[in-house]
Amino acid sequence: MDSHHSYSQVKGVSTGTTILAVKFNGGVIIGSDSRASMGESYVSSKTINKLIQVHDRIFCCIAGSLADAQAVTKMAKFQLSFHSIQMESPPLVKAAASIMRELCYNNKEELQAGFITAGWDRKKGPQIYVVSLGGMLLSQPFTIGGSGSTYIYGYVDAKFKPDMSLEEAIQFSTNALALAMGRDNVSGGVVHLVVITEAEVKHVVVPGNKLPKFHDE
Amino acid sequence: MCGLLPGVLHLLSSFKMSTALQFPASVSTLNNYNDLYPDWTQREVSTGTTIMAVEFDGGVVMGADSRTTTGAYIANRVTDKLTPIHERIFCCRSGSAADTQAIADAVTYQLGFHSIELDEAPLVQTAASLFRDMCYRYREELMAGIIVAGWDPRRGGQVHFSSCSQTRRRRSGSSERVCVCVCVQVYTVPVGGMMTRQPVSVGGSGSSYIYGYVDSNYRPAMSKEECLKFTAEALTLAMERDGSSGGVVRLAVISEQGVERQVILGNQLPKFSTV
Repeated sequence: MDSHHSYSQVKGVSTGTTILAVKFNGGVIIGSDSRASMGESYVSSKTINKLIQVHDRIFCCIAGSLADAQAVTKMAKFQLSFHSIQMESPPLVKAAASIMRELCYNNKEELQAGFITAGWDRKKGPQIYVVSLGGMLLSQPFTIGGSGSTYIYGYVDAKFKPDMSLEEAIQFSTNALALAMGRDNVSGGVVHLVVITEAEVKHVVVPGNKLPKFHDE
Repeated sequence: MCGLLPGVLHLLSSFKMSTALQFPASVSTLNNYNDLYPDWTQREVSTGTTIMAVEFDGGVVMGADSRTTTGAYIANRVTDKLTPIHERIFCCRSGSAADTQAIADAVTYQLGFHSIELDEAPLVQTAASLFRDMCYRYREELMAGIIVAGWDPRRGGQVHFSSCSQTRRRRSGSSERVCVCVCVQVYTVPVGGMMTRQPVSVGGSGSSYIYGYVDSNYRPAMSKEECLKFTAEALTLAMERDGSSGGVVRLAVISEQGVERQVILGNQLPKFSTV
């Protein structure tokens, strides 16, 4: 059996993690687990929030080295607010994603972090962008990332439907994260979900004992 | 005549001793990967793969993809990774193609010999143990992940209930009802040489991608058709995401009646909405 372990030589604290974002009818949901680990055996935080708000209706979630991710998102937040003031209107989700991409691409040697940017803007509505490790930018209807995402590729491929309702999308995200957390030892804790629509931003937390259970539990 | 018998027995036992095979050290060439040059000259043949086996009431469904790769070259796109070890015991092979073929050949020989000695059908657990012994003893040299599954009749006062069991009267005509478990079992022997029994097991490089799907979709009391559909869908999802898995889906159903094999071709594979 080919080894599917990803021995990540990530410096310092890492979000060995599972993150996802999914578009539904009227908005996006961005979600993650809540575990931060050092190496593969020490959990340095059980309740970290990996969903970072970079603007009113734009969130980012991070995978990889926490330090790098925090530095990049801090920079992106600053640049985005400046851009938004200059334009005198809320920024586009694509603008936020592009800022992250510039930072990741120009510093690809030093950085070790990947991002999912999701949000809502007036021009194109709900959108999801992925900025991968080397600085590629890609728009997708749903996306998963982090070490735990390997285990749920089959599940999300089978279960995703375009234009789901809000309840279906929440169920889909919670199930996917619970399944990944069940198989990946560096993902765990609680499920954080943020629902972004035109009207509001809602933060939903699903604690461990309320997570869906599967046949062998 | 009597004088010959000890001699024959001695010959047979020494025959059994010599089944310890020599395994060459596997070639490890994970450096030197360069997009400009073909790497099949340096990489060993691997069944980077997706394999799966599911127990149901009365039988077991085994499935595998059909791709064998040498680096980025697909050496065989219609491989049969479901190898018969005995009449109603099969194994799914993943890892190094050479290693798994050698192990399967050795175990087939040992199991056949054992079955002749016992004069009855061998147990699936015996087959799995033979795989485990070999994979554990030579774990430094081997790269093999194997799923062993099959059907065996277990007799007399047994306690081993699986997801299927039937009650039968003892043949001796005794009036008590004795539980005779006609068992199907799935054993997994991953890299390193552990053995464990599971109702559903996946393996190979593509298996990582379908853990979530299998965890959420498996239910204990499925019918044969549901198991076939479940296996085909899971393998298709893995084949879509794993570069080392692909081709056709080969399925085998093992039950008391025997073995039924089928192939699902590329254009007949189940489709999912994102594809």
